[in-house]
Amino acid sequence: MSDNLGLYQDDFYNALMDAHAGLSESASHALNARLVLMLANRVGDIETLKDILEKAREYNDE
Amino acid sequence: MAGYKYEPFDYVKPPELSGAAPALYPVAIIGAGPIGLALAIDLAQRGIKSVVLDDNNVVSVGSRAICWAKRTLEIFNRLGVGERMLEKGVTWKIGRNFHGDQEIYNFDLLPEDGHKYPAFINLQQYYVEQYLVERARDFPELIELRFKNRVTGHKDHGDHVTLTVETPDGTYEMVAEYYIACDGANSATRERMGLDFTGQTFQEQFLIADIEMEDSPFGENAVPERWFWFDPPFHEGKSALLHAQPDNIYRIDLQLDVDADGKAESAPEKVMPRIKAIVGDKPFRLDWVSVYKFRCIKLDRFVHNRVIFVGDSAHVVSPFGARGGNGGIQDVDNIGWKLAAVLKSEAPAELIETYHEERSHGSAENILNSSRATNFMTPKTPVEALFRAEVLKLAHDQPFARRLVNSGRLSQPCSLAGMRLQSPGVAPLEPGQPLLDAPLDGAEGPTWLLDVVPPQFCLIGFGEVDLPDVPGVARIGINTIREYPCFNSRDGFATKRYGQQGVYLIRPDGHVCAVFSEPDRHDVERACARAQGKMMEQAA
Ligand SMILES: Cc1cc2nc3c(=O)[nH]c(=O)nc-3n(C[C@H](O)[C@H](O)[C@H](O)COP(=O)(O)OP(=O)(O)OC[C@H]3O[C@@H](n4cnc5c(N)ncnc54)[C@H](O)[C@@H]3O)c2cc1C
Repeated sequence: MSDNLGLYQDDFYNALMDAHAGLSESASHALNARLVLMLANRVGDIETLKDILEKAREYNDE
Repeated sequence: MAGYKYEPFDYVKPPELSGAAPALYPVAIIGAGPIGLALAIDLAQRGIKSVVLDDNNVVSVGSRAICWAKRTLEIFNRLGVGERMLEKGVTWKIGRNFHGDQEIYNFDLLPEDGHKYPAFINLQQYYVEQYLVERARDFPELIELRFKNRVTGHKDHGDHVTLTVETPDGTYEMVAEYYIACDGANSATRERMGLDFTGQTFQEQFLIADIEMEDSPFGENAVPERWFWFDPPFHEGKSALLHAQPDNIYRIDLQLDVDADGKAESAPEKVMPRIKAIVGDKPFRLDWVSVYKFRCIKLDRFVHNRVIFVGDSAHVVSPFGARGGNGGIQDVDNIGWKLAAVLKSEAPAELIETYHEERSHGSAENILNSSRATNFMTPKTPVEALFRAEVLKLAHDQPFARRLVNSGRLSQPCSLAGMRLQSPGVAPLEPGQPLLDAPLDGAEGPTWLLDVVPPQFCLIGFGEVDLPDVPGVARIGINTIREYPCFNSRDGFATKRYGQQGVYLIRPDGHVCAVFSEPDRHDVERACARAQGKMMEQAA
């Protein structure tokens, strides 16, 4: 995967943590689910999405 | 308030048991469900004789198919029963999805005008079968309906099949050139042959109730639509579906727990409060109740030499999407003309194999859509439930999320584009697509494209183009005057759908199989030969 966040890596990471701040674990999971759905809509292209799903799955530890 | 009156069909002692000389029938159809009956009529209209054997003597009992799609109605039109079904059926085209008590999304299944048939009608399967039986009786020379004739055995001898049939008067054998298994989801033919029927079985159970009531449960203006709820206030945590049927009957589907006791759930004292929770205090009568589990499952091969599987015997889907019966009617449309052409020696026997290719493809599409919808309705794990909950939450105001909500993707005609009977080509309606209806004006007044295209190979020429005279190929001109039947496009629908100028070759089942700009006789003969499977090697 190419690196697209550029100089904003810390901004993004902290914004993501902030978005979860104060949420219960289940609310955090729900937020993550909404994020996946909204980001997927933003990406749009089905081949790109399938590729990302596959890559993310490769890092599974179980 | 009485409900449908089941009139048993007469059992007649078969000729084989009355001392008649054994006959060789071109086609034996096993099963007089909608699929077997429709096929017998299709074949009869093509001059092919068949015997239809059914173990029972009444039409379909209870709550089964109700939603019949536009393409099915167009095929029924060709079989001579479309208008009767349209008249009796409840026409609808809008689906609404609710989450809790709020509407989150609605879809219009036929936003355009200019079609003889609507997106859908709802009509109980017993009416469909009754009308088909009555239509089949119009062909006493060509269709023999044998009720109370159970097929208990068969053997394929390479170029014919022998059947063993049990009747109230004893057992007999009969011989047919082709054995068409229309014996439904639990096909005994399939089991006898030990064929794998593979796919997904859903654990969830669904309560399906038909109720009769004077007042409409569809709110204030009572327009019949398809209403689907996720997590409604009257049935928390589950899904529900509401449809209108003729005779003031309404269909309600309620999802039950995985481990629900189906028998207990279908008892009136359990069902009545569930229905009251939906329709309120309006009086109603329970017409029929059953509890189902659904499968999405198909045969690997639909053609086994002289034994051919058509309808539910070949594929079964969950009902969300109404793709079962509608898929089966598309099977009939596909196999009818091919079988007739082979039996009349107009086409090589290999043409039958393309029924498997084209309809196995169609059925795979139906299974994909039906199982995706059923999976969305019945999350299997906490994370599936989580994603679904968030999709539904977003769907209240996010358009993209509304489109992820899947309460069933309703039956669409299957495209045969790219398959080997079709000659590749480019046109507004590409080869492989089924005919798109359009209003026309003819010498005798207004009509429909659907009503003027005959069930044989047919050229349709748009604009000033000369269609060559090819034996066995009908000709129709649009927006021109020629020596063959010509019509004008009314309100521009036909030209919008097909273009101002161009030529389409239509198969006997109404699918485009080739397109041209100015074809000569040779071009048309070549495309017809290909569509009849006469050029398999070249085309493969
Ligand atoms: C709850 C529910 C809702 C549905 N809703 C829809 C819908 O809205 N739209 C839709 O398109 N589809 C729907 N379907 C699916 C539809 O009912 C089937 O696809 C359709 O009935 C298939 O028709 P068939 O003729 O292939 O089989 P069947 O209708 O099952 O007919 C098979 C026939 O073969 C006979 N038979 C069986 N064995 C033998 C034997 N050994 N000898 C002689 N005869 C035999 C049987 O008696 C029967 O008459 C629904 C199904 C269910 C259960």
